[in-house]
Amino acid sequence: MAVRSRFPAGLALDAHKQQACGTQIVELPLPAHLVLALDQGTGYSAEPVVAVGEAVATGTLVARTGHPFASAVHAPLAGIVVAIEAREAAVEGGRSVCIVIEGNGSDRIDDSVRPVKDPASLGPEELVRRLRDAGIAGLGGAGFPASTKLASARNLGAHTLVLNGAECEPWICCDDALMRSAASDVVLGALILRRAAGAVRCVIAIEEDKPAAIAAVTGAIDGLRDDAVTLAVVPAVYPQGAERQLITTVAGVEVPSGGLPADAGVICQNVATAAAVARWATRGEPMLSRVVTVTGSGVGHPGNVRAPIGTPLAALIAASGGYRGTPLRLIAGGSMTGRALPSDEVGLTKSMNCVLVATRDDIGSRLGAVELPCIRCGDCANSCPAGLLPQQLLRAALADAHDTLRQLGVHDCIECGLCDYVCPSQIPLADRFREAKRRLQEAEAMTKKAADARERHELRQRRLQEAATIEQETFESVRGRARRPGVDSTGDSN
Amino acid sequence: MNPDAVVIAVLVAAALAITLGVALGWAASRIEPDADSLVVRIDALLPQTQCGQCRYPGCRPYAAAIASGAAEIDRCPPGGEVTVRALAALLDRSPRSPDPAFGATKPAQVAWIDEAKCIGCARCLPACPVDAIVGAPRQMHTVITTQCTGCELCLPPCPVDCIELRPAPALSRRQRQPRAA
Repeated sequence: MAVRSRFPAGLALDAHKQQACGTQIVELPLPAHLVLALDQGTGYSAEPVVAVGEAVATGTLVARTGHPFASAVHAPLAGIVVAIEAREAAVEGGRSVCIVIEGNGSDRIDDSVRPVKDPASLGPEELVRRLRDAGIAGLGGAGFPASTKLASARNLGAHTLVLNGAECEPWICCDDALMRSAASDVVLGALILRRAAGAVRCVIAIEEDKPAAIAAVTGAIDGLRDDAVTLAVVPAVYPQGAERQLITTVAGVEVPSGGLPADAGVICQNVATAAAVARWATRGEPMLSRVVTVTGSGVGHPGNVRAPIGTPLAALIAASGGYRGTPLRLIAGGSMTGRALPSDEVGLTKSMNCVLVATRDDIGSRLGAVELPCIRCGDCANSCPAGLLPQQLLRAALADAHDTLRQLGVHDCIECGLCDYVCPSQIPLADRFREAKRRLQEAEAMTKKAADARERHELRQRRLQEAATIEQETFESVRGRARRPGVDSTGDSN
Repeated sequence: MNPDAVVIAVLVAAALAITLGVALGWAASRIEPDADSLVVRIDALLPQTQCGQCRYPGCRPYAAAIASGAAEIDRCPPGGEVTVRALAALLDRSPRSPDPAFGATKPAQVAWIDEAKCIGCARCLPACPVDAIVGAPRQMHTVITTQCTGCELCLPPCPVDCIELRPAPALSRRQRQPRAA
């Protein structure tokens, strides 16, 4: 079923997918060591449950968490924990505590890795709990734990599960490759996710420029004989794969500002997440690996690689033909929303869908670009998929005008970077908005803290006042009692 | 022209003035000033550090002093430029730099008690304007970091100088953003 884009604007970008897309997924041999970041890309860390020197088997839990935004981490490699220390990592801020595991040649598998006997018999709560224990995180790029989303979707009564196979970002094609080779896993995972979310319908959305993936998924859906699982072919317009935009296109509803997709009755999960859920169900495997696109003009053989979480990117690039030419930037993610990495020693995270080894040919036009004043051409507003007014936002951001920023809806900016892309003055708008959001959040937190302090201070003043009054009254009554046996106060004064 | 008309007009105007005057006078004395009164609005812009560096015993008294014109708007070092600018905008005055005579603007800070050195004298407890220190005589004391305003008022009473100010932990985390797949 083909549907048209329903979110405002967007832009058909030069996809750059041919470089990596033609090939099959390559299984990366287990590297000699792994660097497992405790923050898997969400900004929140799990807590290590192993010690340096401890032996771990494949699938052993090495870090667990109670935080809804962090995911549990398991050892993808049997070996010895050689270090737990802060290292450079592919996360916000560039550093995270990492567990470093060195392989010892053993192929021991942890006892906890057992196929799930009958996933269809498990209740939604039980499913969500087991997916959390298995460290299943969203593989679309944000790394948000699937269990947290599923639980809130069920609480809010979501009826539709949208599986995101849009993959609109240039360069990335790991989901495309996965859907072509493992469509049945995607569909099996979709059924489990639908059950866990308490949803009725499931729509698998794929961009129209992936005919092979569409054919494979169509075949898998036909094999199901389940009318509630459908395919939606969506236009290849960036950012079609952004959660809110995709929901608008597929379900025809807009996620309310400040709300969750579940408020609109929808929950969105990536197709790769569904495939990972299927691996968990059929093999009992927690999230140990992911498919990642290694591409860019700076790499020998661009392609898609299934690699263990924590694989140092150097090993990943070496397996893809090594560096070629003069790479300028190593980017986690695509060219629109990707993040520059500090080095190729960082480990693969669950949220990393692409390693872009960019040369001057790939990103040259933006390198060393001089920012010019805004000429108010309005191209940014015409391209914004969230329907915002970037030039007004920019003025407010530069002036730190918090009320104006809120009114203009800065929190609805999805940081897709289209405004930067079209800006003839080469203003890094998305960066400015990211910074503005951070400052706004900080200011709100300070206002809240001040209100707390005011309340505590006022309560304290009242308490001291009351204590003083009571003391005064006690004093008065004691003095009154002391005087009662004697003459009255007029006599006392003589 | 009928001279009576003039008398009637004057009487009516006078009666109206007296009635309204009495009504307004009664209202001023009986109806509480609403939450939007100037003092509250000024107080809302102050950082609530309750440090007393403005030489008033807290943020609210300083707000009252500004409202009555007794104090300038540049006396709040914890608020710094931001607070002065916000106050200037509210009161329609020209912004100015915070007056350094009242202290320097420092980055956000919170008190921290070196528990190994603390003798449990409990003298810092009454000094804290927001009750952010937990402790009792001869017991270990500690600061509730999230409630501490960094006012430094607990420093002078401490006989063993075991309290120091440390940079406040970040108030915000970067918001997780949905990303294009």
